[in-house]
Amino acid sequence: MIRIVNIGMNHETAPVELRECLAKEPENTSLALASMRELPSIKEGMFLSTCNRVEALYTTENPNDARQSIVALMSRIGDISEHDFSSNLYTFEDMEAVKHIFRVASSLDSMAVGEPQILGQIKDAYFQATREKTSGVILNRLMHRAFHVAKRVRTETGISDAAISISYAAVELAKKIFHNLGGKRVLSIGAGEMAELAATHLMNNGVESITVANRTFDRAVQIAESFRGNPVSFEEIGSQLFEVDIVITSTASPGYVIKYDQVKGSLRKRRNRPLFFIDIAVPRDVEPRVNDLGNIYLYDIDDLKGVIEVNIAHRQQEAIKAERIVQEEVIKFERWLKTLEVVPTIISLKEKAEAIRQTELKRSLGSVNQLTPSQLEMIETLTRSITEKIINDPILVLKRKADRPSKDSYLDITRKLFDLDKDNS
Amino acid sequence: MELLLYKLSLFLILLATGGFIVYLIKQEKRVYKWSYRILLASFICHTIYFCHQYYTLGTAPVITLKSALSFFSWTIIGAYLIFHLKFRLMVLGSFITPLAAFLMIISSTIPGIDITVKPIFRSLWLTVHVGTIFTGNGIFAVTFISAIMYLIQERQIKKKRLGSFYSRLPSLETLDSINHYSLMYGFPFLTIGMISGSIYAQYALGSYWRWDPKEVWSLITWLFYAALLHERVAVGWRGKRAAVMSIIAFLILIFTFIGASLWLSDYHSFSSLEGRTGL
Repeated sequence: MIRIVNIGMNHETAPVELRECLAKEPENTSLALASMRELPSIKEGMFLSTCNRVEALYTTENPNDARQSIVALMSRIGDISEHDFSSNLYTFEDMEAVKHIFRVASSLDSMAVGEPQILGQIKDAYFQATREKTSGVILNRLMHRAFHVAKRVRTETGISDAAISISYAAVELAKKIFHNLGGKRVLSIGAGEMAELAATHLMNNGVESITVANRTFDRAVQIAESFRGNPVSFEEIGSQLFEVDIVITSTASPGYVIKYDQVKGSLRKRRNRPLFFIDIAVPRDVEPRVNDLGNIYLYDIDDLKGVIEVNIAHRQQEAIKAERIVQEEVIKFERWLKTLEVVPTIISLKEKAEAIRQTELKRSLGSVNQLTPSQLEMIETLTRSITEKIINDPILVLKRKADRPSKDSYLDITRKLFDLDKDNS
Repeated sequence: MELLLYKLSLFLILLATGGFIVYLIKQEKRVYKWSYRILLASFICHTIYFCHQYYTLGTAPVITLKSALSFFSWTIIGAYLIFHLKFRLMVLGSFITPLAAFLMIISSTIPGIDITVKPIFRSLWLTVHVGTIFTGNGIFAVTFISAIMYLIQERQIKKKRLGSFYSRLPSLETLDSINHYSLMYGFPFLTIGMISGSIYAQYALGSYWRWDPKEVWSLITWLFYAALLHERVAVGWRGKRAAVMSIIAFLILIFTFIGASLWLSDYHSFSSLEGRTGL
C-alpha cells in the first residue's frame, strides 16, 4: 500500500547551524530531487528547503528503505554525518504527513505564525518538483489541496491580519491614519536599525520621500543615500515639522528631541494636517504630551509593543480556527486517497469488459459481411453501451464503498466475480 | 397599495439594517452584499411610495410628521447610496442604516391620518423648498455619521487601545474626507432650500421672513453649518474638532426639524400643516 511520508527538521527541532548546512546551496533542492528520482523506494517526491525548515515529502510502498535513503541523501547534501542530525528529524506518515504539509502551507507551523512567505516557498518547491518530474498523482493532488487550505485559512481566519513586528505595526497604524501612504513625507531622526526597517517598510508602501536628520551630518548623508532621501541637519528639524507627515525618531539623546511647544507651534502652519510620530528611541525622543494635540498621534516603543501583543494574542485565537480548517481538509483528502485504492480494480473491470467486447465483435463481424459503414458504427455503439451499462453499477458501488471499512471485501468480491486476477496469476 | 409599499420598505430597511450589523460583527462580504441589495430594494419601494403619494396629494408628501420622518429616512439612504458610489466604504452602511431605520420605526408608530391638502400647498415652490431641504438633511446625516465613526476611530488610535472597531473602521483620513465632502455637498442644498422657502413664503404668506421659531432655528442651523464649512475650507479645520462640530450642527438640525415643528412653530408646525389648526 502506498504511504505518504514527510521527514524533515524545522526551527523548533533543529538549531540554525544545522538547517544552514542543508539549505545553504540553492542547487540542493534540484540535487535532492534528482537523487529521489533515482531511488527505487521513492515513488513521488518533493524537497522543501527554506531558512526555517528542510523537509522531504514523498510517497513510498517501502517506508523503511525510503527513510534510510532519504536520511542518507540529507547527510550527503549537508555533508554531515547521519548521527549528527538524526535526533533533530521529525517523521510524519500518512494522514499525519498530510496534516503537517497543510499546516506548513497555511503558515501554522512557522516561527511567526501567519507569515505569508512560506506559501510562496512551498509553491516554488512544488513547481520545481513538477519540472523535475518527481511529483505524481498523489503529490499533485496533495499540493493543490495544500494551496487550497492555505487560501482558506487566509480568507476565513484573521491569522495574517495584524502586524506582529514593530515596524509593520507602525506602517499599519500609519495606514489607519492616512489611508494611502502615497505622497506622504517621512522624516527619520537618528540612526537605528529598527528605524531604518520602519523607513524601508514605509518606502515599500509608497511614501513619497524620506528625509534623514542626524546629529552628525555625515551619518545623515550616509543613511539618506540608502533610501535615496535627503539629508538635513539637526537644526532643520523644526522647519521640517511643517512639511512632513510621519516622523520616526531613534536617537540616543538623553532628553526630548521634539518638544510639545515645538509641535504645537507647527499646527497652524501645517493647517492641522495629521502628523504621526513613531518614537522607537529609549529614552524617548518625543515629549509624550504631544499626543494630546489634535491631529497629532504619537506611538512610542512600548505602545507599539502593546499593539503587537494584542495582535499575537489575536493570531493565536485565529490559529485555533485554522487548525479546524486543516483537520477538515485532511479528512477530505483521506477520502480521496481511499477512492484511489479502488481505481485499479475499476480499471481492470473496464479493461476486461472492453476485451470481451472486442473479441466478440471480431468473431461476429468475421461471419457477417457486406455491412455499410453506418451499420458498423451502429453495432460499435450498441455493443459499447451494453458493456458500459453492465459494469456501471458495480463501479458505482465500488466508488461509494471507497472510504468504508467494508471496501476490501467489496474489492475482493468484485475481482472474484469478474475473475479479474486471472491474467495476472 | 400605498400602505403595502410603506410596510414593505419598512420591513426591508429593518432587514438590511440587521444585515449591516451582522456584517459589522462578522465581516463577511456575502452578508454585506445581500444587505446592500435589500437596502436597494427598500429604497426602490420607498421611492415608488413617495412618487405615488406625490401624485395623489399633489404636493411633497411631508405634511404629516409620519411622512416627514419617513421622507427624511429616504433621503438619508439616498445620500448614502450616492456616497457609496464614490467611497465604496462598506462599513459606512452599518452606521447609516440604523439611523435611517430608527426614523422609519418612529414614523411607523405614528398613526396615519387622513389629511386634506390645502390648495396653497400645491405649489412648485413648496416642492423645491422641501426637496432641497430634505436632500441637505440627508447628506448632513452622512456628515454626522462619518463624524461619529471618526471619533470612535480617533479615540482608539489616541488611547492606543486598538479594539475590534479599529480593524473594522477605515482610516481617519477617509472618514475625515467623507465628512468634508458631505458637508460641502449638503450645504448648497440647505441654502437653496432656505431661499426657496422664503420665496414660497412671500408667494403664499406675503412676506419673506416672519420670525417664526422654525425660521429662526433654521437660520441658526444654517449659520452653524456655514461656520463649519468656512473653518474647514479657509482655516483648515479637520479631524476631531470638525467632527465634534458637525455632530453639534446635526443635533441642532434635528431639533429644528422635529422640536421646532412640534412645539414652537406656528405655520411650520405639523398640526398646522395637517390642517387641524392655523392658517
